[in-house]
Amino acid sequence: MSSVSLENLDISYGNVPIVKKLDLTIRDGEFLVLLGPSGCGKSTLLSAIGGLTDVSGGRILFNDKDVTWTDPKDRGIGMVFQSYALYPTMSVERNLSFGLRIAGIDRAIIERKVKWAAELLQIAHLLDRKPSALSGGQRQRVAIGRALVRDADIFLFDEPLSNLDAKLRAELRLEIKKLHKTLKSTMIYVTHDQIEALTLADRIAVMKDGIIQQLDTPLNVYNKPANEFVGSFLGSPAMNKVEGQLAADGDRLFFAAGDFRLDVSRYLFAQTAESGRKVVLGLRPEHILPASGSAAAIEGKVSLVEPMGSSILAWSVFDGVSLSHLVGQDDGCEADRAFAVTIDVQKASFFDVETGWRL
Amino acid sequence: MMPQAKPAAAAKRPLTYQEVWGRAGIYAFLGVLALFFLLPLYVMLVTSFKSMDEIRLGLIFSLPQQFTVDAWVKAWTSACTGLECTGLRVGFGNSVKILLPSVVFSILLGALNGYALSFWKVKGANVLFACLLLGSFIPYQVFIYPLVRVYAQTGIYGSLPGIVLTHVIFGMPVMTLLFRNYYSGLPVELFKAARIDGAGFWKIFIAIILPMSVPIAIVAVIMQVTAIWNDFLLGLVFAGRENLPMTVQLNNIVNTTTGERAYNVNMAATVLTSLVPLAVYLLSGRWFVRGIASGAVKG
Repeated sequence: MSSVSLENLDISYGNVPIVKKLDLTIRDGEFLVLLGPSGCGKSTLLSAIGGLTDVSGGRILFNDKDVTWTDPKDRGIGMVFQSYALYPTMSVERNLSFGLRIAGIDRAIIERKVKWAAELLQIAHLLDRKPSALSGGQRQRVAIGRALVRDADIFLFDEPLSNLDAKLRAELRLEIKKLHKTLKSTMIYVTHDQIEALTLADRIAVMKDGIIQQLDTPLNVYNKPANEFVGSFLGSPAMNKVEGQLAADGDRLFFAAGDFRLDVSRYLFAQTAESGRKVVLGLRPEHILPASGSAAAIEGKVSLVEPMGSSILAWSVFDGVSLSHLVGQDDGCEADRAFAVTIDVQKASFFDVETGWRL
Repeated sequence: MMPQAKPAAAAKRPLTYQEVWGRAGIYAFLGVLALFFLLPLYVMLVTSFKSMDEIRLGLIFSLPQQFTVDAWVKAWTSACTGLECTGLRVGFGNSVKILLPSVVFSILLGALNGYALSFWKVKGANVLFACLLLGSFIPYQVFIYPLVRVYAQTGIYGSLPGIVLTHVIFGMPVMTLLFRNYYSGLPVELFKAARIDGAGFWKIFIAIILPMSVPIAIVAVIMQVTAIWNDFLLGLVFAGRENLPMTVQLNNIVNTTTGERAYNVNMAATVLTSLVPLAVYLLSGRWFVRGIASGAVKG
């Protein structure tokens, strides 16, 4: 059991800063996901927590103990890599026990631990095989097992599911979630896959250019993105973004972009939003609902539909503004036909045009 | 993984008339080339099985009228190298004594260097590596005199350790390059995982990296065996009188200036000397090509 604190952390390769002045506290037993596009520094950060990358400034604390310059093996961590990183010349059993054998642990204890991990991960029947004789999913189970037998306090996952096909990915994702529930260890998980982040995390840290953009629960990150980047990085199909300005009309506040007008009086602005302010409206496709004859309906023309199985993604133009929105299979939405929608303003997001931060 | 299916349809398509003639031309050309390059070997073998009387007739392409292995026996047991007439077998023994430790140590050192350079990001590693490579482009001759002086000072000049050390030093750049390039193709996560598992520099090298190095080690063995066996200059300079390798002895046999030139013995001795690299090439051609393709050349 361990908490992790990063204080004012700087990491750079040569003169190129990768992670800048980063502060982050991960609670004991928490499942934290570092989410971001490739090159945002999330893997580098994980590698530094594991002691595999030297930091150029700041401190790393495990349970309030400074481990910034502690050797990886003495940090009480287990790490799982995207490429599995199994030792190819050793059997599964020897892969699992390698670390314990180095530590000179008693044979009987090693055997017991390997057996426990193998059974937990359902790889007990594979112990004599070489990694090359395993499937991708089995290999990743072995890699997780290798972290398990070390009795790690903190598990570090570096995009562990990215090399697997979609079905296996979903399966192992569930497995990892169960594992976290069973072990209650602190887990830090790096991914660029938003679904993994949303499903697994207690909290998500969305990163960009070495800076954490937002650190919050999956629901809050999804529903109340802190800035335009977070809003558009999460969500599939992607968030609609419309540039326009706020306009007051009597005691009501409107969002206007050309002919497009939307009553936003019910939106809870975090800051006072004055009339005339230039903003970006962020609207998720599922928050534009098929209108059921209400007065607030907006009429538009459907230009394209993309059936996605459970629902249909429609692209329509409303008063000169093109928006994608989700409709049901039975809503009668067809290309080149008129279609009316209502917009759930409370679930929309407004961002400042210049800074991109949420209003 | 399924083995990749060959495009059977393409292979079975009947060739057009033009293609048949094209192929025939290519094969004819290749055949002639092969014959041309095999000709010297043929002459050597044929000559080595003739008696001197027959050789004097001057028909170098004709098969031996009276087949005899006398020249081979003489070359192996009693040909004169300078004053001693004990044949090539002494040189063969010396070459083996030089070869084995030189090959083993140069490969181990190359693997260790390559491992350190590609996995442990040592400060200045690239500069070090560049210097090492630069060293391999400077002609041997430049190093010889300074090395002789150093060896003389340390007392290993003209001894077996001296010549072995020389081969290890001169083999190091290429061996390091070979292993470094092979190791840089391995996933670095392997190394990271081992560090988290608590393995140190030597443990990672011995338990994880070396067992994975078998393919490239075979290539290295081939390269070093042929290079060290064929070496003449270093053996002549550094091995000392007691340990002269087979190539030096061959030269002494062939270049004897007194009396009649025993062409048959010379030819037999030459073939004997080249047997080891020849065998290595023939038995391991596939690996050799693979090694050249996988690391020795690409920088």
